[in-house]
Amino acid sequence: MKKFLVILILAVLGFHLFEAFSGLGLGVTRFEKGVKDYYLEKTVSELHVANTVTSIVVNFRGFDTLGEVTVLFLAVSAMGGILYKRRHQTGDRSVLFSSSSIVRSGSKLLFPAIILLGVYVFIHGHLSPGGGFQGGAIIATGFLLMLIAYENFSVSHNTLSYIESFAGIFFVGIGLLGFMNGGTFLQNFLPAGVLNNLFSGGVIGIIYVMVGFKVAAELTGLIYTILHEKD
Amino acid sequence: MDDKLFEILEYGVYGASILLILIGLYAVLTKRSLIKIVIGMSIIDGGIHLLLITIGYLKGGTAPIFSPGYEEAAAQMVDPVPQALVLTAIVIGFGVTAVALSLIIRLYRHHHTLEIDEIKRLKW
Repeated sequence: MKKFLVILILAVLGFHLFEAFSGLGLGVTRFEKGVKDYYLEKTVSELHVANTVTSIVVNFRGFDTLGEVTVLFLAVSAMGGILYKRRHQTGDRSVLFSSSSIVRSGSKLLFPAIILLGVYVFIHGHLSPGGGFQGGAIIATGFLLMLIAYENFSVSHNTLSYIESFAGIFFVGIGLLGFMNGGTFLQNFLPAGVLNNLFSGGVIGIIYVMVGFKVAAELTGLIYTILHEKD
Repeated sequence: MDDKLFEILEYGVYGASILLILIGLYAVLTKRSLIKIVIGMSIIDGGIHLLLITIGYLKGGTAPIFSPGYEEAAAQMVDPVPQALVLTAIVIGFGVTAVALSLIIRLYRHHHTLEIDEIKRLKW
Protein backbone atom coordinates (compact mmCIF):
# COMPACT_ATOMS: atom_id res chain seq x y z
CA MET A 1 0.00 0.00 0.00
CA LYS A 2 2.80 2.40 0.92
CA LYS A 3 4.81 1.43 -2.14
CA PHE A 4 1.81 2.16 -4.34
CA LEU A 5 1.44 5.59 -2.74
CA VAL A 6 5.14 6.33 -3.22
CA ILE A 7 5.01 5.30 -6.89
CA LEU A 8 1.98 7.52 -7.41
CA ILE A 9 3.70 10.54 -5.86
CA LEU A 10 6.87 9.91 -7.85
CA ALA A 11 4.89 9.55 -11.09
CA VAL A 12 3.25 12.94 -10.54
CA LEU A 13 6.63 14.48 -9.67
CA GLY A 14 8.29 12.87 -12.69
CA PHE A 15 5.57 14.06 -15.05
CA HIS A 16 5.89 17.65 -13.94
CA LEU A 17 9.71 17.59 -13.95
CA PHE A 18 9.76 16.12 -17.46
CA GLU A 19 7.21 18.64 -18.69
CA ALA A 20 9.30 21.50 -17.34
CA PHE A 21 12.65 20.30 -18.65
CA SER A 22 11.63 18.96 -22.07
CA GLY A 23 10.38 22.47 -22.89
CA LEU A 24 13.90 23.81 -22.36
CA GLY A 25 15.35 22.21 -25.45
CA LEU A 26 18.72 20.53 -25.86
CA GLY A 27 21.77 22.29 -27.25
CA VAL A 28 20.20 25.67 -27.94
CA THR A 29 21.94 28.97 -27.28
CA ARG A 30 20.38 30.24 -24.08
CA PHE A 31 21.89 33.72 -23.74
CA GLU A 32 23.06 36.26 -26.26
CA LYS A 33 25.82 37.47 -23.93
CA GLY A 34 25.91 35.43 -20.78
CA VAL A 35 28.41 34.84 -18.00
CA LYS A 36 29.71 31.93 -20.07
CA ASP A 37 30.97 34.24 -22.82
CA TYR A 38 32.69 36.49 -20.29
CA TYR A 39 34.48 33.51 -18.74
CA LEU A 40 35.49 32.03 -22.11
CA GLU A 41 36.83 35.37 -23.32
CA LYS A 42 38.75 36.26 -20.17
CA THR A 43 40.19 32.75 -19.85
CA VAL A 44 41.98 32.84 -23.17
CA SER A 45 42.76 36.55 -23.44
CA GLU A 46 43.80 37.50 -19.90
CA LEU A 47 44.64 34.36 -17.93
CA HIS A 48 46.11 32.36 -20.86
CA VAL A 49 44.66 29.15 -19.47
CA ALA A 50 43.49 26.39 -21.83
CA ASN A 51 40.91 24.67 -19.62
CA THR A 52 38.00 27.02 -18.92
CA VAL A 53 36.49 24.82 -16.20
CA THR A 54 39.75 25.01 -14.24
CA SER A 55 39.93 28.79 -14.63
CA ILE A 56 36.36 29.11 -13.33
CA VAL A 57 36.92 26.75 -10.42
CA VAL A 58 40.29 28.15 -9.30
CA ASN A 59 40.35 31.76 -10.48
CA PHE A 60 36.86 33.23 -10.91
CA ARG A 61 35.34 31.14 -8.14
CA GLY A 62 38.50 30.51 -6.12
CA PHE A 63 36.88 31.42 -2.84
CA ASP A 64 34.16 28.86 -3.55
CA THR A 65 36.85 26.22 -4.08
CA LEU A 66 38.44 27.15 -0.76
CA GLY A 67 35.05 26.51 0.85
CA GLU A 68 34.69 23.24 -1.04
CA VAL A 69 38.06 22.00 0.17
CA THR A 70 37.02 23.00 3.68
CA VAL A 71 33.81 20.98 3.35
CA LEU A 72 35.85 17.93 2.31
CA PHE A 73 38.18 18.46 5.27
CA LEU A 74 35.17 18.79 7.59
CA ALA A 75 33.65 15.58 6.21
CA VAL A 76 36.86 13.66 6.83
CA SER A 77 37.32 15.02 10.34
CA ALA A 78 33.66 14.41 11.16
CA MET A 79 34.17 10.83 10.05
CA GLY A 80 37.18 10.51 12.31
CA GLY A 81 35.14 11.91 15.17
CA ILE A 82 32.13 9.67 14.56
CA LEU A 83 34.22 6.53 14.23
CA TYR A 84 36.39 7.43 17.23
CA LYS A 85 37.67 4.55 19.31
CA ARG A 86 40.10 4.19 22.14
CA ARG A 87 43.59 3.20 21.13
CA HIS A 88 43.66 -0.40 22.33
CA GLN A 89 40.49 -1.26 20.45
CA THR A 90 41.88 -0.40 17.03
CA GLY A 91 44.51 -2.05 14.90
CA ASP A 92 42.82 -4.98 13.24
CA ARG A 93 41.47 -4.74 9.75
CA SER A 94 37.77 -5.21 9.11
CA VAL A 95 38.39 -6.77 5.70
CA LEU A 96 40.23 -9.91 6.69
CA PHE A 97 41.05 -11.87 3.59
CA SER A 98 44.40 -12.54 2.05
CA SER A 99 44.70 -11.79 -1.64
CA SER A 100 46.50 -14.08 -4.04
CA SER A 101 50.06 -13.47 -5.14
CA ILE A 102 48.88 -12.43 -8.61
CA VAL A 103 46.83 -9.59 -7.13
CA ARG A 104 49.65 -8.58 -4.82
CA SER A 105 52.35 -8.51 -7.56
CA GLY A 106 49.99 -6.81 -9.99
CA SER A 107 49.06 -4.06 -7.59
CA LYS A 108 52.70 -3.52 -6.66
CA LEU A 109 53.39 -3.07 -10.36
CA LEU A 110 50.42 -0.77 -10.94
CA PHE A 111 50.81 1.41 -7.83
CA PRO A 112 53.61 3.72 -9.11
CA ALA A 113 51.87 4.08 -12.47
CA ILE A 114 48.60 5.10 -10.79
CA ILE A 115 50.38 7.66 -8.60
CA LEU A 116 52.18 9.02 -11.67
CA LEU A 117 48.89 9.33 -13.58
CA GLY A 118 47.31 11.17 -10.66
CA VAL A 119 50.24 13.60 -10.41
CA TYR A 120 50.11 14.16 -14.17
CA VAL A 121 46.38 14.88 -14.04
CA PHE A 122 46.65 17.50 -11.30
CA ILE A 123 49.80 19.17 -12.65
CA HIS A 124 48.20 19.57 -16.10
CA GLY A 125 44.84 20.62 -14.68
CA HIS A 126 44.91 23.96 -16.48
CA LEU A 127 45.91 22.48 -19.85
CA SER A 128 43.86 19.32 -20.27
CA PRO A 129 40.75 17.77 -18.70
CA GLY A 130 41.30 17.02 -15.04
CA GLY A 131 42.61 18.94 -12.08
CA GLY A 132 43.27 18.77 -8.38
CA PHE A 133 40.14 16.94 -7.31
CA GLN A 134 40.37 14.33 -10.08
CA GLY A 135 44.10 13.77 -9.65
CA GLY A 136 43.72 13.45 -5.89
CA ALA A 137 40.96 10.88 -6.35
CA ILE A 138 43.19 8.87 -8.73
CA ILE A 139 46.03 8.84 -6.17
CA ALA A 140 43.61 7.71 -3.48
CA THR A 141 42.52 4.78 -5.69
CA GLY A 142 46.17 3.73 -5.88
CA PHE A 143 46.35 3.66 -2.10
CA LEU A 144 43.02 1.81 -1.96
CA LEU A 145 44.45 -0.87 -4.25
CA MET A 146 47.50 -1.30 -2.03
CA LEU A 147 45.39 -1.35 1.16
CA ILE A 148 43.15 -4.08 -0.26
CA ALA A 149 45.97 -6.17 -1.70
CA TYR A 150 48.30 -6.06 1.32
CA GLU A 151 46.92 -6.77 4.74
CA ASN A 152 49.71 -5.01 6.59
CA PHE A 153 50.12 -2.02 4.28
CA SER A 154 49.71 1.08 6.37
CA VAL A 155 49.93 4.80 5.84
CA SER A 156 51.01 7.19 8.56
CA HIS A 157 48.17 9.38 9.78
CA ASN A 158 50.65 12.02 10.91
CA THR A 159 52.19 12.32 7.45
CA LEU A 160 48.73 12.59 5.91
CA SER A 161 47.68 15.36 8.25
CA TYR A 162 50.97 17.24 7.70
CA ILE A 163 50.49 17.09 3.92
CA GLU A 164 46.87 18.15 4.27
CA SER A 165 47.58 21.04 6.66
CA PHE A 166 50.51 22.29 4.58
CA ALA A 167 48.44 22.25 1.40
CA GLY A 168 45.55 24.07 3.08
CA ILE A 169 47.83 26.73 4.60
CA PHE A 170 49.56 27.18 1.24
CA PHE A 171 46.20 27.74 -0.47
CA VAL A 172 45.18 30.41 2.06
CA GLY A 173 48.71 31.88 1.94
CA ILE A 174 48.51 32.33 -1.83
CA GLY A 175 45.14 33.98 -1.30
CA LEU A 176 46.65 36.40 1.23
CA LEU A 177 49.62 37.13 -1.09
CA GLY A 178 47.07 38.07 -3.73
CA PHE A 179 45.43 40.32 -1.17
CA MET A 180 48.74 42.11 -0.59
CA ASN A 181 49.69 42.38 -4.27
CA GLY A 182 46.42 42.97 -6.04
CA GLY A 183 43.88 44.14 -3.53
CA THR A 184 41.50 41.14 -3.38
CA PHE A 185 41.74 37.74 -1.76
CA LEU A 186 43.00 35.08 -4.22
CA GLN A 187 43.93 37.74 -6.78
CA ASN A 188 45.95 36.28 -9.65
CA PHE A 189 49.19 38.24 -9.10
CA LEU A 190 51.71 36.13 -11.05
CA PRO A 191 52.41 36.74 -14.79
CA ALA A 192 50.00 34.86 -17.04
CA GLY A 193 52.60 33.22 -19.30
CA VAL A 194 51.94 31.71 -22.72
CA LEU A 195 48.76 29.81 -23.59
CA ASN A 196 49.19 26.03 -23.53
CA ASN A 197 52.52 26.16 -21.69
CA LEU A 198 52.89 24.36 -18.38
CA PHE A 199 53.78 27.65 -16.65
CA SER A 200 50.71 29.63 -17.61
CA GLY A 201 47.79 31.08 -15.76
CA GLY A 202 49.70 32.53 -12.80
CA VAL A 203 48.61 31.05 -9.50
CA ILE A 204 46.04 28.65 -11.00
CA GLY A 205 48.51 25.80 -11.52
CA ILE A 206 50.07 26.21 -8.08
CA ILE A 207 46.70 26.26 -6.31
CA TYR A 208 45.46 23.20 -8.19
CA VAL A 209 48.63 21.22 -7.31
CA MET A 210 47.99 22.08 -3.64
CA VAL A 211 44.34 21.05 -3.98
CA GLY A 212 45.53 17.78 -5.51
CA PHE A 213 47.81 17.03 -2.54
CA LYS A 214 45.06 17.96 -0.09
CA VAL A 215 42.38 15.83 -1.72
CA ALA A 216 44.74 12.85 -2.10
CA ALA A 217 45.69 12.99 1.59
CA GLU A 218 42.07 13.40 2.71
CA LEU A 219 40.68 10.56 0.61
CA THR A 220 43.53 8.22 1.58
CA GLY A 221 42.89 8.93 5.24
CA LEU A 222 39.18 8.35 4.72
CA ILE A 223 39.71 4.97 3.01
CA TYR A 224 42.17 3.98 5.72
CA THR A 225 39.67 4.88 8.48
CA ILE A 226 36.85 2.88 6.86
CA LEU A 227 39.04 -0.17 6.16
CA HIS A 228 40.31 -0.32 9.71
CA GLU A 229 36.82 -0.11 11.17
CA LYS A 230 36.03 -3.21 13.22
CA ASP A 231 32.86 -3.78 15.16
CA MET B 1 23.49 14.11 -36.72
CA ASP B 2 20.07 14.24 -38.32
CA ASP B 3 17.28 16.11 -36.58
CA LYS B 4 14.99 13.18 -35.84
CA LEU B 5 17.73 11.37 -33.91
CA PHE B 6 18.61 14.56 -32.06
CA GLU B 7 15.01 14.98 -30.94
CA ILE B 8 14.97 11.46 -29.56
CA LEU B 9 18.25 12.22 -27.78
CA GLU B 10 16.78 15.38 -26.30
CA TYR B 11 13.87 13.57 -24.67
CA GLY B 12 16.14 10.63 -23.83
CA VAL B 13 18.71 12.61 -21.89
CA TYR B 14 16.19 14.65 -19.90
CA GLY B 15 14.08 11.52 -19.33
CA ALA B 16 17.08 9.49 -18.18
CA SER B 17 18.24 12.08 -15.67
CA ILE B 18 14.72 12.57 -14.26
CA LEU B 19 14.31 8.78 -14.13
CA LEU B 20 17.55 8.53 -12.14
CA ILE B 21 16.26 11.13 -9.66
CA LEU B 22 12.99 9.23 -9.31
CA ILE B 23 14.72 5.86 -8.84
CA GLY B 24 16.86 7.38 -6.11
CA LEU B 25 13.83 8.94 -4.40
CA TYR B 26 12.00 5.60 -4.59
CA ALA B 27 14.93 3.86 -2.89
CA VAL B 28 15.11 6.53 -0.18
CA LEU B 29 11.36 6.37 0.49
CA THR B 30 10.70 2.62 0.46
CA LYS B 31 13.88 0.72 1.27
CA ARG B 32 14.45 -0.57 4.79
CA SER B 33 18.21 -0.98 4.77
CA LEU B 34 20.25 2.10 5.65
CA ILE B 35 22.93 1.25 3.08
CA LYS B 36 20.29 1.14 0.34
CA ILE B 37 19.02 4.55 1.42
CA VAL B 38 22.53 5.98 1.03
CA ILE B 39 22.83 4.31 -2.38
CA GLY B 40 19.53 5.98 -3.31
CA MET B 41 20.93 9.38 -2.27
CA SER B 42 23.95 8.81 -4.50
CA ILE B 43 21.67 7.93 -7.44
CA ILE B 44 19.75 11.19 -6.90
CA ASP B 45 23.12 12.99 -6.99
CA GLY B 46 23.99 11.35 -10.30
CA GLY B 47 20.67 12.31 -11.83
CA ILE B 48 20.99 15.94 -10.80
CA HIS B 49 24.54 16.14 -12.17
CA LEU B 50 23.41 14.71 -15.50
CA LEU B 51 20.53 17.19 -15.64
CA LEU B 52 22.80 20.19 -14.97
CA ILE B 53 25.38 19.11 -17.56
CA THR B 54 22.60 18.56 -20.11
CA ILE B 55 21.29 22.11 -19.65
CA GLY B 56 24.74 23.50 -20.49
CA TYR B 57 25.09 21.48 -23.70
CA LEU B 58 25.38 23.26 -27.04
CA LYS B 59 24.47 21.47 -30.25
CA GLY B 60 27.66 20.31 -31.94
CA GLY B 61 29.68 21.92 -29.16
CA THR B 62 33.17 20.94 -28.02
CA ALA B 63 34.69 20.74 -24.56
CA PRO B 64 35.59 24.19 -23.17
CA ILE B 65 39.34 23.67 -23.60
CA PHE B 66 41.45 25.89 -25.86
CA SER B 67 43.79 23.29 -27.34
CA PRO B 68 46.57 24.46 -29.71
CA GLY B 69 45.02 25.56 -32.99
CA TYR B 70 41.56 26.15 -31.51
CA GLU B 71 42.16 29.43 -29.70
CA GLU B 72 39.27 31.13 -31.52
CA ALA B 73 36.71 28.37 -31.00
CA ALA B 74 34.91 29.98 -28.05
CA ALA B 75 31.61 30.24 -29.95
CA GLN B 76 31.33 26.44 -30.40
CA MET B 77 32.10 25.51 -26.81
CA VAL B 78 29.56 24.13 -24.37
CA ASP B 79 28.74 26.14 -21.26
CA PRO B 80 31.59 25.67 -18.75
CA VAL B 81 29.68 27.12 -15.77
CA PRO B 82 27.43 24.07 -15.08
CA GLN B 83 30.48 21.83 -15.45
CA ALA B 84 32.36 23.80 -12.78
CA LEU B 85 29.31 23.74 -10.51
CA VAL B 86 28.88 19.98 -10.99
CA LEU B 87 32.54 19.51 -10.08
CA THR B 88 31.75 21.22 -6.78
CA ALA B 89 28.56 19.19 -6.36
CA ILE B 90 30.38 15.88 -6.89
CA VAL B 91 32.85 16.69 -4.13
CA ILE B 92 30.11 17.79 -1.73
CA GLY B 93 28.10 14.65 -2.57
CA PHE B 94 31.15 12.56 -1.82
CA GLY B 95 31.52 14.22 1.58
CA VAL B 96 27.84 13.67 2.37
CA THR B 97 28.09 9.99 1.42
CA ALA B 98 31.20 9.52 3.56
CA VAL B 99 29.61 11.09 6.64
CA ALA B 100 26.36 9.12 6.12
CA LEU B 101 28.25 5.84 5.86
CA SER B 102 30.25 6.57 9.00
CA LEU B 103 26.99 7.34 10.85
CA ILE B 104 25.66 3.99 9.61
CA ILE B 105 28.75 2.21 10.92
CA ARG B 106 28.19 3.89 14.29
CA LEU B 107 24.51 2.86 14.32
CA TYR B 108 25.46 -0.71 13.44
CA ARG B 109 27.88 -0.77 16.35
CA HIS B 110 25.06 0.12 18.75
CA HIS B 111 22.13 -1.87 17.34
CA HIS B 112 23.85 -4.72 15.39
CA THR B 113 21.39 -4.30 12.54
CA LEU B 114 20.95 -2.08 9.50
CA GLU B 115 17.17 -2.43 9.15
CA ILE B 116 15.40 0.76 10.17
CA ASP B 117 12.37 -1.25 11.34
CA GLU B 118 14.41 -2.91 14.04
CA ILE B 119 16.04 0.28 15.22
CA LYS B 120 13.58 1.99 17.52
CA ARG B 121 13.11 5.74 17.21
CA LEU B 122 13.90 5.61 13.50
CA LYS B 123 10.46 4.45 12.37
CA TRP B 124 8.21 6.50 10.18
